[in-house]
Amino acid sequence: MNAALLPIIILLPLLGALLPVLAIRLGRTASAWSAAALSGIALGLLLTLVPQVFAGETLLYRLDWLPAYGLNLALRLDGLGVLFALLILGIGLLVILYARYYLSEHDPMGRFYGFLLLFMAAMLGVVLSENLLLMLIFWELTSLSSFLLIGYWKHRADARQGARLALTITGGGGLALLAGILLLGHISGSYELSVVLASTETIQAHPLYPATLVLILLGAFTKSAQFPFHFWLPHAMAAPTPVSAYLHSATMVKAGVFLLARLFPALAGSELWFYLVAGTGMVTLLLGAYHALFKHDLKGLLAYSTISHLGLITLLFGLGTPLGAVAGVFHIINHAIFKASLFMAAGIIDHESGTRDMRKLNGLWRYMPHTATLAMVAAASMAGVPLFNGFLSKEMFFAETLHHSWLGAWHWLLPVGATLAGVFAVAYSIRFIHDVFFNGDPIDLPRTPHEPPRYMKVPVEILVALCLLVGIFPAWTVAPLLASAAASTVNGTVGGALPHYSLAVWHGFNLPLLMSVIAIAGGALIYVLRHQLFALHARLFRPFDAKALFERQLEQIIGYARRLTALLENGSLQRYLMLLVASAVVLVASGLWGSPLSGPLPAGEVDAVTLAGALALALSAITTTLWHRRRLVALIQLSVVGLVVSIAFVRFAAPDLALTQLSVEMVTIILLMLVLYFLPQQSPAESSPLRIGRDLLLAVAAGGSVALLAWGVLTRPYQTIGDYFMANSLSGGGGSNVVNVILVDFRGFDTLGEVTVLGIAAIGIVMMLSGLQLKMPTADAAGRPWARERYPMILAVISRPLLPLALVVAIYLMLRGHNMPGGGFIAGLVTAIALILQYVASGIAWTQQRMHLDYIKLTAAGVLLAALTGLGSWAFGYPYLTSSFGHFTLPLLGEFELATAMLFDLGVFLAVIGSTLLVLANLGKLSVLKHTLKEER
Amino acid sequence: MALLVSLLIGVMVTCGVYLLLRARTFAVVMGLIMLSYAVNLFLFAMGRLAATAPSLVGLTGAKDVAADPVPQALVLTAIVIGFAMTAFAVTLALRANSELGSDHVDGAAPDSSAKESAE
Repeated sequence: MNAALLPIIILLPLLGALLPVLAIRLGRTASAWSAAALSGIALGLLLTLVPQVFAGETLLYRLDWLPAYGLNLALRLDGLGVLFALLILGIGLLVILYARYYLSEHDPMGRFYGFLLLFMAAMLGVVLSENLLLMLIFWELTSLSSFLLIGYWKHRADARQGARLALTITGGGGLALLAGILLLGHISGSYELSVVLASTETIQAHPLYPATLVLILLGAFTKSAQFPFHFWLPHAMAAPTPVSAYLHSATMVKAGVFLLARLFPALAGSELWFYLVAGTGMVTLLLGAYHALFKHDLKGLLAYSTISHLGLITLLFGLGTPLGAVAGVFHIINHAIFKASLFMAAGIIDHESGTRDMRKLNGLWRYMPHTATLAMVAAASMAGVPLFNGFLSKEMFFAETLHHSWLGAWHWLLPVGATLAGVFAVAYSIRFIHDVFFNGDPIDLPRTPHEPPRYMKVPVEILVALCLLVGIFPAWTVAPLLASAAASTVNGTVGGALPHYSLAVWHGFNLPLLMSVIAIAGGALIYVLRHQLFALHARLFRPFDAKALFERQLEQIIGYARRLTALLENGSLQRYLMLLVASAVVLVASGLWGSPLSGPLPAGEVDAVTLAGALALALSAITTTLWHRRRLVALIQLSVVGLVVSIAFVRFAAPDLALTQLSVEMVTIILLMLVLYFLPQQSPAESSPLRIGRDLLLAVAAGGSVALLAWGVLTRPYQTIGDYFMANSLSGGGGSNVVNVILVDFRGFDTLGEVTVLGIAAIGIVMMLSGLQLKMPTADAAGRPWARERYPMILAVISRPLLPLALVVAIYLMLRGHNMPGGGFIAGLVTAIALILQYVASGIAWTQQRMHLDYIKLTAAGVLLAALTGLGSWAFGYPYLTSSFGHFTLPLLGEFELATAMLFDLGVFLAVIGSTLLVLANLGKLSVLKHTLKEER
Repeated sequence: MALLVSLLIGVMVTCGVYLLLRARTFAVVMGLIMLSYAVNLFLFAMGRLAATAPSLVGLTGAKDVAADPVPQALVLTAIVIGFAMTAFAVTLALRANSELGSDHVDGAAPDSSAKESAE
């Protein structure tokens, strides 16, 4: 029951992300309040679950989503999840309060809170997921939402570039993680954490373990800004400071170390894990600590310090020992608290003095003593001074580095490296405090600094109080949280025992204490010598801008992509068609390759009539192609092809097809002649012999492969599903014309789709024709003027009596269609032709005077009728488009049959008439309009 | 018969593809129509050509082989949809000709700029 709160905790900020965007209309405070209320409620809900988790329970919530793919909406709350969710919601709440005062009047605040809540939801999803695939989705969402937050000041180029850099690196890592998680799921047989964490031996003994580990670590290291992917983090400082405080200290970058902690039971403990994770952590720790000292930008110093501390946490997990993991989890808590408060303090200084350059900021103690005190406490914690929380976890870290045996004779490397990093940490912490608050007077500050608004300091005060409380009374404050989080980190699923560790401030005189003393003394010494060191650093290291390198690389890749695109797509449709046909030929030919061409069946006899028809067909097809530049002649040849195809349908026992083809043939040719009137009558001879040769080759290749394919199929035995339709047509569909029954009954839904497409095409054509400007030809290709007499008398006289006859034929075809060749399509086309004949013979004006039909409405009515017939079967409790039929007897006419399918066919009939006439009448109107205009002139 | 029909389909596809690759829209539309004939015939032939009676229940005599109704139903709708496609394509060609001043498929003949300046 309680676990059902888990999805709500995630959904509150996820769906609520819209709330601040809407609330901004009520003012900035309302927007901030709505964001705060949402995260406050989520935090409250979380707190109700905390006692159960502290008691050793793991809450699971599960909702099947795509179980076939192992993707379920499975959530989990254990100690580690509680720790992170508390950090995300707690610090998130403080950041919301802080940002209310930090953002200026010009910044769109609603959008800021919207993005922030979205990010918060994504982070909560990552830390509360039980299903690894689900976690991955949220992981990607953190990358995307942090992109939006870093690029929040979108008018600034550095913000946009920093956001892009961060997205590329973390997004790329996300891809590697996806592959790693898929491998992990493959190895352990499930994507559920409970299963994965319990199959440590299987995973680590598997031959794919190294690949899995490297891929997952790529995801974690990119997210946590580990060397060599660390360079995106300093550039992400282009974000507003509340974002930096939230994303780049407490949450987003912690997602990487969270992943290390989450999968610690499954992946850690191997030699490979130690060298990869601890090695990367150590390099990052030292590199970050060293560079932090030489940054003049306040946020730059904090960024590199964050990189260094993340390296420290990574190193602790990399050791692979339970105590190392405990220390890692503890440092996650402490770092989040002091780094968030330091970023907020840096934001206050920036906000109130107008700069973050430590060469200008000096002696601010006089202007903002309150802020200075807060910053000093947080910085002392960062440096690892006793009585502050950072000291405790750093002490544990020093102790852990001392007893590790993997490195053998090189075992001293770890403690020495750790101490060295400690020295630099102390040095840059002193610099942060001394340079900014003391060290003489400020130099040309843009603004006169003063204390910030009261409530802007409250979040910092809360965090600093926590630094002290945890630092002085660890056992009464952080102990249960740490114990529960560390237990679930080390043991995975079952709440097993933890190795002994002590949270006391004083452990007596020992080696870790000595290391701390060396760090503090050494750090102070380095700070005193800083000016010489700055000069040395400037001589030794040329400034190296990773962002510029990245931008250059990006430009280059885009350049390659452009060139490749230009190579393939030069804008010529003619060329695309050529490539399309060529690829189709290659595909078909490669499919045919190697299989025997002929099947076992005999080719069959050919009778003389069929042969004659075939010759006529081939001849007219070839002449169409040969004479294609004389368009009217080619069109006539093409119509012969269509005619012979219709006859072929008759020859091979397909009367329905023959009727359809014949009527479509007429409509098509009339249509093309109408269009040809407005187009050039001749195509210029512009193809080079080379191109003609190439096209011919391609055409023969295409025709040849299709012919081979047809031959291959026709000489092989086959089985048809047609027997089913033959057997069920009369009993199931009530008609003996099986083709028609398939169309209106068995596959009625397809037909409905088809008439809809027909209607859409017709309406699209009308749209294309509206407002069309055409050049009116006055003479044909040979220079002969068009005939003045537009409507030939004989045609008009013959066509008029033909109309009722044609309509009777159409109705007859329509009615008998269910049992004999005919049906809605054919009847519709016949009616359309009969009406078009009137247009052709007597003109549009004459016809429209006598016939008031809105073809758009007719088409719509047809489609609707067909669709509603289908709906009708719902009323009787049958599936859509179930047809029913019955036999009735009328005097005189005798017995006849009525079927709902006929109603459907009537819809088809109307839609076909409507759309055919819609196209032709509108095209025809163009010529009339033009003629009238001309004569008026 | 199988050989003859295969050859016919091959000839029609060859002609259709050749027309499809021409530079002017009208030829392309004709190629499209030719190709639909070929495809329809191909689809139809998949139901085999031995039939001597249409697929009407109760009409088939003892010696007759009824035609396979499934490819026929497919081809019937394909013919109608093919008409809609042809009509759309040819109207597009018309509109393109009036908007771009050329009926070249690429919107403008490759040497049109030279021609215009000469005029």
